Order: sequence, then C-alpha cells, then structure tokens
Amino acid sequence: MSHLSRRKLITSGLAAAAGVTGLGAAATIAQKNGLIPPDHGGIYGLGETLTYASHRLLTKHSLAREFSRSQISQPPLANEMAPLKESFKRLQAGGFADWRLSVDGMVARPASFSLAELKSYPSRSQITQLACEEGWSYIAEWIGVPLSHVLETVGAHSKARYVVYFSIDSNWWDSLDIDEAHHPQTLLAYGMNRGELPVGNGGPLRMRVPRQLGYKSVKFINQLTVTDNLKEFGKGLGSASPEAGYAWYAGI
Amino acid sequence: MGDIAWVSSSASAIPAATVRARHSALVRITHWIATLCFLALLVSGVEILISHPRFYWGETGNINTAPLFKIPIPSSRALVPTGYGYVLPDQNGWSRYLHFQAAWIVVLTGILYILSSLLTGHLQKNLIPRKADFSWRVFSHAIAEHVRFTRPPAAEAWSYNLLQRIAYLFVILILFPLVIWTGLAMSPAFVSAVPTAVTAFGGQQSARTIHFFVTVALLLFLLIHVGMIVLAGFWSRTRAMITGRAGTQMERT
Repeated sequence: MSHLSRRKLITSGLAAAAGVTGLGAAATIAQKNGLIPPDHGGIYGLGETLTYASHRLLTKHSLAREFSRSQISQPPLANEMAPLKESFKRLQAGGFADWRLSVDGMVARPASFSLAELKSYPSRSQITQLACEEGWSYIAEWIGVPLSHVLETVGAHSKARYVVYFSIDSNWWDSLDIDEAHHPQTLLAYGMNRGELPVGNGGPLRMRVPRQLGYKSVKFINQLTVTDNLKEFGKGLGSASPEAGYAWYAGI
Repeated sequence: MGDIAWVSSSASAIPAATVRARHSALVRITHWIATLCFLALLVSGVEILISHPRFYWGETGNINTAPLFKIPIPSSRALVPTGYGYVLPDQNGWSRYLHFQAAWIVVLTGILYILSSLLTGHLQKNLIPRKADFSWRVFSHAIAEHVRFTRPPAAEAWSYNLLQRIAYLFVILILFPLVIWTGLAMSPAFVSAVPTAVTAFGGQQSARTIHFFVTVALLLFLLIHVGMIVLAGFWSRTRAMITGRAGTQMERT
C-alpha cells in the first residue's frame, strides 16, 4: 500500500467522481434523444442500452439489404406458430373481408381500415431477409403499405414516440420507436412473393420490420396505437417479448 | 498501481527469493474480465445454438435448406428435425441478453487492453516476438521443447515465451476481431449500415458458421492455455495473474 501515494488516491477519487457525473449526464442526454430502450432496467440494462443507443445512431438513415428475385428462398418457410383462435378462423372463412386494422392513440383521426382500403394505398414491395433470433433465415418479397403512410393518413401527433401494434392473438403485441415506424422499409405487409400473404407467414396482415429480427415482424396485425409512453402497455417494457424474457430491441 | 511493476523490476538488488511483479494491474484486471465474459459468451452462445443446431453457407438457411453440417444434439425448438423425441426448454431470452452484455464488456475491455498495451510497451516488449525469434530454427526448437515438456528457464517466468507470444497475438489480433465481426455480421441493423460486414463473408449464414468455428478455436485456445498453466504450476501461475507477483523460488520447486 505504501506505493499508493495520497496524490494518487486523490486523483483516482476525482476521476471516479468525474466518471459517475459523466455517466449521469450521458444518461440524461441519452434519455432526451430516445436512446434508452424500454427494457433498460435489470442486470442486462447496460448491454441493452449500449446496443440500442449505438444502433440508433449508426442506423439513422440506413436501409436493410435488398436482394434479387432469384435469391428468394424456395420453398417459402412458414415457422411454427400458436394454434389459430376461433375469431381468426371465422374471419378466414370469410376471406378476411371483415378484417379490420384499427388505429388509435395520439392521432388526429382514429380510423379502422379494411384490407381493401390498405391495398388501395401506395404500396411498396421489397425483397429482404427475415432472420430469426434462433439462427435460421429466409429471403422473401414483401408487399404492403408503408406504416408511415398509415400514420400520415390518421394524422399521428408530432410528439408521438412509439407505435404499439397488436396481433389478433392478444398474447402478441410489440412496439417500434417512431424512427423505425417511419422507416421507408417498415411495412404493413399483405402480400408475399407476388401473391397474398399466406396465413402461415402472418396473413392477412403482418408487420414487417426488416432491420430487426423476425420476432418484431408480428403476425395477424389488427390494431395500432400511437403513444408517447410505453408504460401504459402490459408491464411497461415495450412489448410482450421482454415479458417472455426477450429483448425489446431486436436489431441484433 | 502500475508503478508497482516499475519499482520492483528495476530493483535488481532484491534477493532472488523475493517475489517480483509478473503482470501489471491492467493486464490482470483485463485478463479476468475477459475470462468471465468469454465464459458467459460461451454458455449463452451454446444455449442460442441449441435452438437451431444446424449450419449453412451463403445468405440463407432454414429447415427447408440442406445444412452444411448439423450438431447431433437435441434442440429447444420443435420445428428443428433432430431425431430426438423431445424438445429442450427455451433459454434464448436471457442467453441473448447475456451474450450481448458480455460482448460489450469484453469489447470495451479489449480496446482498453490494446490501447494501454501500445502505450506502456507491453505489446512490443512482451507480445511481438523478438527479432532473433523470427527464424524457423528458433521456432522449431521452441515447439520441440514444448512437446518434451522441458521445464522452461527461470527467466521465462518474467515474460512470455515464443509460442505464448504467437498464440496470444493470434487470439488478440485474429480470433477476437473475427468473432466480433462475424457476430456483428449477423445483426440485421448493423449490416443495414455496414453491408460489407456481411457480404465480405458471402452472407449472413456464412458469418454464423464462421462465428461458430472461431468460437471452437477460442475454446481450443482456452483448453491449451489452462493445460499449459497446469503443467507450469497452476497455483503459482494463477496467483501471479491475480496478485501480479511470482517468485522464482516457487517456480523451481
């Protein structure tokens, strides 16, 4: 201990104090700029926050890779999924003519859209990869209306920070930050590989978020809620995923 | 803390039996943080692997695709055909959280280690082989001594021998960067900003497969590293990496 001079102790103390203050300031700045994920609490909060914040800064204007038509995976893959509910089967029997997408929350004009209405809007088609957190992946063409177009149509509030989306299976809901929601490649997809979106792939309507892993692309979407506060939904962690132990942000 | 090493190693008058500084505080701290992170990454990585123990080459791969190879273990997903009649419990949630947390800590620790190694001369002094070592004769001699388990001269307790230098440099400059890079190449968000990170490997599944093989190489390094420590004297070497001190008297007994 004799090697540790008093000067050294004082400098280390000052450095530590500066470090803690710096961290505090960094946290405040990060919070203001939307760099803190809703599931930042707990022992993994450090890694989650570093990943989300760095990705938000790095991918501000980036586009998911798009592929050529010849790279589309054949045969198309349909992942395992929970058994379909009676309410879904009834809509399916009617050819989804009565499927509605309701949009509420921080919007000027809450609305409910039929599939035909959604299909009448300008569509976007893209050939992107769907990568699952488990390790497998496939490439498909996704056709749909950009989520940003729907948000404009309903007049989403400028102070809105998240778009929460719900599956007809109430166990599944998720949310995107407003940048990801407005991203040109984020689609409400109703078509796949030049055809209708098959039920096995989330038809009639699926969220498609190609810059994040497959589990953010929730199937059977029938409700959107625009909000500035995720605390009001579920356990306040941003989606059903953290409640099941998975990260809210799935860019990695 | 760094001056402990400086004070002791310069004091040539101290008796031979006296303990001397072997590893600097920074080397010791970063070593053990990296060890903990590597074990966390290994365990969580194996858990994630169990959810799809199949490997592919190219951009895509799934159960409809012929795998490059399969790991003959049961899976935590019912969809994966493994030949086993049961499905293991899903551990991917916490495994993925832990994997990325440990990855961040080990990357930041690695950056600190590299920068300080450059500044203090640790890299040049202890890791880059000496000029005289750049010869096939010296290299083959070093290998022969290792294979015969010849006890190294006492001087070797104060720096790394040639094979250690080569192995450590390979891990620090090749394997660690490659495992981080292939990990990032699997991130759809990261490659949206840096597409060449994945196209350089020929696709996301190729990156995943390389990630696996680099992990195997790192695991082999760990096993050989621990094996060598056991041969050299487990407690004295481990104590040196914890306290920073090693006694030459201890080495000879």
